[in-house]
This record gives sequence, structure tokens and C-alpha cells, in this order.
Amino acid sequence: MEKAMRRYMPIFVLPTFFAFILGFIIPFVMGIGLSFCEFTTVTDARFVGLSNYVEAFKDTIFRHSFWYTALFAVASLIVINVLAFALALALTQKLRGTNIFRTIFFMPNLIGGIVLGYIWQLIFNGILSRYSTALGLNEWYGFWGLIILVSWQQIGYMMIIYIAGLQAIPGDVMEAAQIDGASRIQKLFRVTIPMMMPSITICMFLSITNGFKLFDQNLSLTAGEPAKMSEMMALNIFNTFYGRTGWEGVGQAKAVIFFVIVVAIGLIQLRATRSKEVQQ
Amino acid sequence: MKTRRVLSAVLAAAMIAGLAAGCGGDAGSGSSGNGGDQSAKGKVYYLNFKPEADEYWQELAKAYTEETGVEVTVLTAASGEYEKTLKSEMAKTDAPTLFQVNGPVGLASWKDYCYDLSGSEIAGQLTDDSFALMDGDKMAGIAYVIENYGIIYNKALLEKAGYTADDITDFDSFKKVVEDITARKDELGFCAFTSAGMDGSSDWRFKTHLANLPIYYEYKDEGINTTDAIKGTYLDNYRQIWDLYINNATCQPTEISTKTADDATADFVTEEAVFYQNGTWEYNNIADVGDENLGILPIYIGVDGEENQGVCTGTENYWCVNAKASEDDIQATLDFINWCVTSETGVNAMCKEMGFVIPFPSNLESENTLVNEANKYMEEGKTPVTWVFSTMPSEEWKNGVGSALTAYAADQTDANWEKVVSAFVDGWATEAAASK
Repeated sequence: MEKAMRRYMPIFVLPTFFAFILGFIIPFVMGIGLSFCEFTTVTDARFVGLSNYVEAFKDTIFRHSFWYTALFAVASLIVINVLAFALALALTQKLRGTNIFRTIFFMPNLIGGIVLGYIWQLIFNGILSRYSTALGLNEWYGFWGLIILVSWQQIGYMMIIYIAGLQAIPGDVMEAAQIDGASRIQKLFRVTIPMMMPSITICMFLSITNGFKLFDQNLSLTAGEPAKMSEMMALNIFNTFYGRTGWEGVGQAKAVIFFVIVVAIGLIQLRATRSKEVQQ
Repeated sequence: MKTRRVLSAVLAAAMIAGLAAGCGGDAGSGSSGNGGDQSAKGKVYYLNFKPEADEYWQELAKAYTEETGVEVTVLTAASGEYEKTLKSEMAKTDAPTLFQVNGPVGLASWKDYCYDLSGSEIAGQLTDDSFALMDGDKMAGIAYVIENYGIIYNKALLEKAGYTADDITDFDSFKKVVEDITARKDELGFCAFTSAGMDGSSDWRFKTHLANLPIYYEYKDEGINTTDAIKGTYLDNYRQIWDLYINNATCQPTEISTKTADDATADFVTEEAVFYQNGTWEYNNIADVGDENLGILPIYIGVDGEENQGVCTGTENYWCVNAKASEDDIQATLDFINWCVTSETGVNAMCKEMGFVIPFPSNLESENTLVNEANKYMEEGKTPVTWVFSTMPSEEWKNGVGSALTAYAADQTDANWEKVVSAFVDGWATEAAASK
């Protein structure tokens, strides 16, 4: 079996590897190079050194978008994971129709971000217009609107991961806790959660990086209104790239900064939760 | 074992096929001309700016290919996405050979890509040299359509309200009519204005086109064509007209951030509103109202002597030929655009089907009622307002003004108007300095 795996490995790996190089590695390397250049089209650039980075750090809106995004990522991380975990617990009990519920909760995840953004924009504006206001008039409406939107979208997905984690907990551990007289709360915090740490790690990683990378929902729900106050980092980069003549390089520099931040946060988070994982 | 081997081969093949299809689809938009007629030298790839004219361009391209054998590909960018599409298309090997810029500011990003059109056949056809976009001595672009915008109105509804266009000669008389209609809107069954939507599909009508007027008058006072520092002399007038638009519309001023261009068009076509600020390009969308009911008014903002002001006339559509394309492609492109404005088929498509007024001798009398209505002002000797919005320093500037206008509409205080002024004046200086 192992030998067969090794023999066929290129057939399975190469197409994806090729796509990965074409779709990720090459643009990524080009992107880093372009962040030091002034250009109009990406194949025709002139080296300008660090000036793009200087402009990027001087941009107050970019700094605002960083804090706004960070706050969003933390808030969405908490809301999504708490609710997804709770749902997973509920749907692994012996209830009728758990499969139907799992399917229904998972379904929003199948709708694309842009579409979701427009649908929720209609819903929110429909409600807000009763109070003669609108989503685009206050950055915090946009903020909570986005939280509701991404929660609705991602809770189902995280729930599936948690369900898989819950089902992998060996029955004898729970039984032992039962016999030792642990209460439900104790079982949850002393047995279930420690045993679930691998799932929690992956879910937290996904939701925090999703929070930082959020783009389509932001674009379609608020488009940064009012006056860029609800503009998150990815959208800010996009708008910098296209907003002014000669600023393509600055947008690219911001993208590199953004990459470094997201990678750093992702790694810190992984390390922090990994250290809490226990051996089963 | 054998079945497993077959299975793995099939799976791998499926993956490769998927990958190839993905790449093929991507490249297809740029180079679908490759497989065609190889005997003709050069090919044309036109990145079209006007979504409303897309189907006519596709037909015209086909007609040209049938006539000459030269491959013409037309790709149309989605509304508001032209610069983005152009940037990515230009980076491809098969870049557009024909594209367009909107004026001096647009030209600044693309001047290295603009072929010098002076001496070309089409340049010789221009009825007036002012329709060429110059970059120093280089003729970088050629206007291919002249457009007008103003306040489109429904004659029948205006009459029903007891007025005619003759009652409207300046801002004060216009305001009187508008406010009277608003006061009687329940009795009349319609409002004065369509929704002043600030959604991305519609906000350019105000942050760009309406903002043209205060800038135009300031330039006129100062005797300049462009500036790095706008003073905002006429911003109070801008506020007056904006107040009029948002407070006499089919929707509440707080709702405008959600209203789209389609909403405004629908308001007009379903006869829920008399006035609709837009341009001659909108004709096909509102023709249902009936030619006899369509008229267009100048946008009066309350400036002295504006009785003699006409509608806003100009262009933001300049054809540029990609200087970095191959010699053959450049020649093919020059031939194509010349054919468009001289041959019967080309002129017919542009003037009749697309409803353009073209700045070439071959121009036909328009079937676009709005164009003819707008021309009346010219015939009466009114001064058209030129399109100076192409000198606005950047998209960022427009967005800043747009956001401030939306916020002001929701809460119409002086403090909020100050933010519009700041976005307009200070924003202009910042953006002019930032645009390299």
C-alpha cells in the first residue's frame, strides 16, 4: 500500500501543486516585488524602494481599518465559536431530527459572500428604515451587521468540526467521569473541552483568520460607508489599489503588511491553543 | 488492483481536466480571437466602457469581421469597474488594443500606453480639435461620443402639475415649481424628484455630475481649466440644489444610501416623479415614458446669469490605442475605429443603435429624443456647461464627497455640510497632492 502511494503520489499531488504555484506562489512573490515598485499594470513596474511602505504607514484610514478589523476578528471569533460549540453539543444529544438540523445550520455556508452581503443589506436596511436610518450611516451598525452575517454564515461550518470532535471523544472517559460523580458542568470543562482542544484550535484559527481576511461581505454589505469608517483591511487595500492614480504600489505594500500581521496572529493563536491540547 | 489503478488514473485525469478548464476559461476572455481567421493581419481587442452599448458593439464587431476578415473582440467592463478591468486586462499578453480614458486625470495613469494618434485617419475626421485629448504634443485620445446631462423631466406630469418648462428659467423658479409639487404630491399622485440614490450604481450622478457645476463656475470665474486647490466658491449653491433633490424626492433623505440607479429609473418610468437628473445615455432605459413626454432641463444652481446656461455637454469617452500592442494590431485598430465613424454600417450602429452623437462629419441626426431636446438649448444660443469633472483629482475624492453628501442627507445640519465642504475643498488639495 505504502509503495503504491509513493508510486502514484505525483499523479495526485502534481496537478494541485501546479495550481498552487500558479495561483499562489507566483502572485505572492510578484506581489512582494511589486510592493517596492510604482506601476500601472502588474507586468510593467519601476522600482521605487520603500516609499510605498512609508505612504502605507502614514495612512490614518489604514490604521483605523486595522483596529476595526482586529475588533471585528475578536468579536466574531467569540460569537461564532461559542454558538457553534453550543449547537454542536445540542445536536450530539439524543434528539429527533439532529441530521436535519445539522444540514440546515450548515446550509448558509454554501452561499457566496457577495450574495449574502446584499441579502443581509436588504434585511438590515428594511429594519433600520423604520427608524429612519440606514446601514451606511453608522460604522457600528455595519460592524454588528457584519458580525450577524458572518456568524450566520460560519457557525454551521464550525459546528460540523465540533460535532466531529465530540463524536471522537471515547465513551469510557465520559463513563469514568460519570462514575467518579462529576457534574454536567464539570464533565464539560474538565473532560469534554480538554479532549476537544484539537477541534477548538482549528476552529479558532479558521475564524480569526477569516475575520481578518473578510472582504466580499464587507464590500457588499457596507462598502466601507460611512466615509471608510467600516472599511476593513482587505477592502482598504483594494480601495487603495484602485482609488488613486499612482497608488497601486501602496496598495501592494499594505497587502504585504497585512500578510505579515495575519500570519503572526495566526501563529500566536496556534501556539497558544496547541499548548492546551492533551494526549488522548 | 487493476480497478484501483484505473480509478486513480480517472481521478487524476479529472483533476487535470478541471485545472485545464479553469485556466482555459480564464485566458479565454482575453484571447478568444486566437482561433479565428489567421490570414488577416492584426486583430482588434476593444475594452468597452459602456455596458448599455455592449450588445451593439458585439454586433458591430461581428459585422466588421464579416466585411474585412479582421478579428474584433469586444469586452465590456461592468458599470463602475472599468479602471479595474483595464488594469488587469492590460497586464495580459493579449492586452486590449483599444481602450478608453475619461479625460486628463484618467490619461495620467495611462499616458505611457497611449499611441500618438495625430496624423491618423480618424484624427483627420474630427470636426473640432477640442475633441482630441492631448498630452503635450501627443494626441493621446479621440472623443467618440458627445453627451449631455441635465434634469430629465416628464412633460405630461409637469403639465398636470400646472407648469411647463418655460416656467423654469433659473434656480428660484425651479425651486418654486419643485416645492409646489411636493406640497401637492398626495393630490397629484407623484413627487418632484426620483430618489437621489447614493448606492454605488447611482452616486456618480451627484458626487461627479452634479459636483461638476460648482467646479465649472469656479473655473469660469478664475479663468482656469484645472487646479490643484479648489476654493469651493459655489458650494452654497451645491447645497441648495442638493437640498432640493433630497427633500422633494420619492424617498426619505435617510434612505438614499440604499437607493440604486434602477430605483431612480423605475421612479421615473412608472411616473412617480417628474424630474430625474441624468443624461442622454439613459434614453433607452426611460423611452417607455414616450418620446413626446421627454424633455431635459439645465441644472440651475442659483448663479447670476444662469438663464443663459444650457445643459452640461461634453465627453468622458476618449478612445486610446494601446501603444504597446504590435504594429499590426495597432494598424488594425486604427482601421477599425476609422471604419466605425466613416462606414455606413459603423455610423449607423453608433448613431442609430447606440444613440450617440459623434464628433465626426458623418454624424446622423439622432433618434434619441433627449439629444434633440438638449440640442435645442444650443440652437437657442445658451452656453453649454462643459464637463470639468474629468479634472477631479481621484476616485478617492469623489468617494469622500459622496460619503459626506449621504451623511448630510440623513441629518441636514450645518455641521454636516461643513464635512461636505471639507471633503470637497481639503479633500481636493490632499488628493491632488497624493496623486502622483
